[in-house]
Amino acid sequence: MNNILGAGTQAPDFNLHVTPDQKLKLSELRGKPVVLAFYPADWSPVCGDQMSLYNEILSEFHKFGAELLGVSVDGVWCHEAFAKDRRLHFPLLADFEPKGEVAKSYRAYRQEDGVCERALFVIDKNGVIAWSYCSPVAVNPGADGILEALEKLQK
Amino acid sequence: MTLRIPVGEHDYIQGDANALCTLVEYGDYECPHCGHAYPIVKRVQKHFGKRLRFVFRNFPLSEMHPHAESAAETSEFAGTKNKFWEMHDLLFENQQKLGGALYLKLATELGLQPEALRESLEKRAFAAKVKSDFTGGVRSGVNGTPTFFINGERHDATFEYEDLVGAIEGALSLT
Repeated sequence: MNNILGAGTQAPDFNLHVTPDQKLKLSELRGKPVVLAFYPADWSPVCGDQMSLYNEILSEFHKFGAELLGVSVDGVWCHEAFAKDRRLHFPLLADFEPKGEVAKSYRAYRQEDGVCERALFVIDKNGVIAWSYCSPVAVNPGADGILEALEKLQK
Repeated sequence: MTLRIPVGEHDYIQGDANALCTLVEYGDYECPHCGHAYPIVKRVQKHFGKRLRFVFRNFPLSEMHPHAESAAETSEFAGTKNKFWEMHDLLFENQQKLGGALYLKLATELGLQPEALRESLEKRAFAAKVKSDFTGGVRSGVNGTPTFFINGERHDATFEYEDLVGAIEGALSLT
């Protein structure tokens, strides 16, 4: 597992495709907390995989005014099909070209597998990482850590 | 990962109140994996008898499973008439047919008033209870369905019979 960027670090900015003709810049979201969820790949075969779980609890994140962004090295068309199939209501970003560049900047890229770690970052309204967590690739980390971090931000 | 909401009065509990081990399942009536776990849990309960009590909490993944929420609310309705477990079993046994028609039929079979059920589903009378199970689950680290907790600790191994029995035996040996 990587030694991902930790609390107190300025979150590296990025500008990634969110749809085939639309890009999203992290710094555009300044002013509200951002949950950045790197994950290895679209189409994991289980019910209640990590992205689908987050989709179900989106309203819990929104209660904190937070935006959720999923990131993997899959391309935009793949993301589009995946999001449609799972009826995801939050953006999936394509860290596709140059491959894994953003994941690398968060030290959340698995060189040997060519995919992102299962790494979570909660970024505060000023763009500083408030909490991060890297889960073993096979373990869905759930959302309790994220919610706890968001709760702390409000205090 | 530990259970944040202790087992209590708001729960449906099967088995001996003084059992040394408590198995909590967060489940979704439409989830095929929960359907798979359903007979396994029954066998596990039989195996441990009085030493185990079982709690089921709703965790409907409604974006994925369009009938999960209504099935959960149906079970809660039945619960207020003392028929929670009967309905729980029938919902899993008829997992392929979930929907309004089935719920009304099952209500009739259990001697409940189908009209009252229909009304409670329309008014979403049990939505808040289901939501509170769900939110409590999220805060306890439920990361999909089914998620089991054994004496408050999340069970991360599979929920095949041998694994569950082994984990419960482990928990019992600590008591």
